[in-house]
Amino acid sequence: MAVSTAPPSTTRGQGGPSTRSAALSRTRRRPDDTKLALLFVLPAAIGLVAFYFWPLLRGIWLSFTSWDLLSPAEFVGLDNYRQLISDPVFWNAARVTVYYVVLNIGAQTVIALGIAVLMQRLTSSSVLRGIVLAPFLVSNVVAALVFLWILDFQLGIGNQLLEWLGLDRIGFFTTETWVVPTIAAVNVWRHMGYTALLLFAGLMAIPANYYEAARVDGASEWRMFRSITMPLLRPVLGIVLIISVIGSFQVFDTVSVTTGGGPVDASRMLQVYIYDKAFAQFDFGYASALSVAMLVILVVVTFFQYRLTRAGQSDLN
Amino acid sequence: MSDVQASATLPVAADRADDDRASGRSPGTGSGGTGRDRQARPRRPIRWGKVLAWAVMGVVLLVTIFPFYWILRTALSSNGALYANATSLLPVDPTWNGFARVFGAQSVEDAIADGGSGAKLDFWRYLGNSVIVATTVTVFQVFFSAMAAYAFSRLRWKGRDLVFGAFLLSLMVPVIFTLLPNFLLVKQLGLIDDLFGIMLPSLFMTPFAIFFLRQFFLNVPKEVEEAALVDGASKIAIFFKLVIPMSTAPIATVSILTYMTQWNDYFWPLMVSYTDDSRVLTVALGAFRAQSPSGGPDWSGLMAATLVAALPMIVLFSIFAKRIVANIGFNGIK
Repeated sequence: MAVSTAPPSTTRGQGGPSTRSAALSRTRRRPDDTKLALLFVLPAAIGLVAFYFWPLLRGIWLSFTSWDLLSPAEFVGLDNYRQLISDPVFWNAARVTVYYVVLNIGAQTVIALGIAVLMQRLTSSSVLRGIVLAPFLVSNVVAALVFLWILDFQLGIGNQLLEWLGLDRIGFFTTETWVVPTIAAVNVWRHMGYTALLLFAGLMAIPANYYEAARVDGASEWRMFRSITMPLLRPVLGIVLIISVIGSFQVFDTVSVTTGGGPVDASRMLQVYIYDKAFAQFDFGYASALSVAMLVILVVVTFFQYRLTRAGQSDLN
Repeated sequence: MSDVQASATLPVAADRADDDRASGRSPGTGSGGTGRDRQARPRRPIRWGKVLAWAVMGVVLLVTIFPFYWILRTALSSNGALYANATSLLPVDPTWNGFARVFGAQSVEDAIADGGSGAKLDFWRYLGNSVIVATTVTVFQVFFSAMAAYAFSRLRWKGRDLVFGAFLLSLMVPVIFTLLPNFLLVKQLGLIDDLFGIMLPSLFMTPFAIFFLRQFFLNVPKEVEEAALVDGASKIAIFFKLVIPMSTAPIATVSILTYMTQWNDYFWPLMVSYTDDSRVLTVALGAFRAQSPSGGPDWSGLMAATLVAALPMIVLFSIFAKRIVANIGFNGIK
């Protein structure tokens, strides 16, 4: 999001205050568009209040209630949170989710960075970029189903391949050790190209003469990557990381379609648990408390990421 | 349009200039070649690195494309034959039956004989639902967002910055957090299991669409607008006859992205829809998979269904690929 909001002021000479003063001096009329503006903002404002702010408040309120949708909600104070603290399934879900996010984001970032740098050094063909982006076009559900098939224990081409290589077949979606890494890998497949393109856009902002200068000095590709690319890409990388981590925490589709949280609770991520609580057990109060807990986790993680990556600052001069 | 995009893409990193480590070793030595394309690499003697780089790139592309091919290959195979020949790179015993099952054109007995569940599935219906949802949402959301973006960029009114700030704030609200309360709201409105219930929350705007369009509306030259005002055009007329026609490119981009997001959404429709009345493709796919006999799943049917769900986006993308790819730099939202 910061990617999209950062641009205006510096790059575009127009827009913002300068236009305003220019227009002010030129025209006699200082029309006040308030009425029209309210009309124009109204639909969006309805959406904002009804589907962003109101649910936010309502969600927080619900987390202090006990509610099964049938009888009226009953205020129970901190009961849900007390239950949450001593709920082993919640802590397991939190642990599994963090494990997933680390695997997913770790692999995805490294691979995407690799692809982006390769594209920067090799080609800027938009056909190639289009192909790289292709997995992002299909839904999580589609991606999940394809890999469910490719990695099927009996018939999946992936397991056939393992056998050819003389390795044992792996129950990718059915064993507790493999299920989370597998789901992480599926989502890496879907997002790596997209992430690579975001990073690629950042790479294009690094002035070419830095590389030329380094080359004149006899620097190797690896040296240039370490000393030029990485430091200068850091802010973009930081923002991309923050966005993908937030997305990664909210994993649901892939799990829901492939394992439904199993085997046992091995892939029961927070979102899946929230969904189960709300729609299988109709415990909306507790599900809301879980959502609040997840929100808190997200805010904390994002805050530390922002600080650690110094995403708000640039070393580019 | 292209220069606007370029300038919008770059400043991500170029914007704020603070401390500097790189500048110490910078230009001067770079000689006169700077004006040329940054891709310009001098021919270096060692080519092996490049060969290796292309090889890696080739692997990346293979991994990217292979699953797509595998969907096609499996969808065109007959399900029974898959068990005997799981590794053939070409469709085994090619047939359209997978698709016939998906569209409910195969008799129940045949479907079961082919390894399907025999449950009634009507993907035409789901396809239709998906098209209705994605199209309606795209039209309304983009239009309402454009209106708001116009008010935030070209109109002068009290409280503009304040209201805009409120919209900015909404970017911070994670989707999950709004899902449960939104479900309750839709339920109270009696819109559960109704296509309208699926559409409602995204019908009015997304913060992203507003910001994205606002950036472009800011760029419509003031002079053009003033000329129209002098000619007696109203601000409303300027929106419809000037700003929108001048911004077709970004509006198209936002529309495609909205359409894709809506088409691929799973969690929200899963909450709201219970029967065929409101089932969209993604949810139907999930249901198809859940119904599939777990002993010997109907893989070819499942992959045919997957293809049906994925194909429209792939077609849409191949038409607009260039535009989407060019814009991806600042579409930083998942």
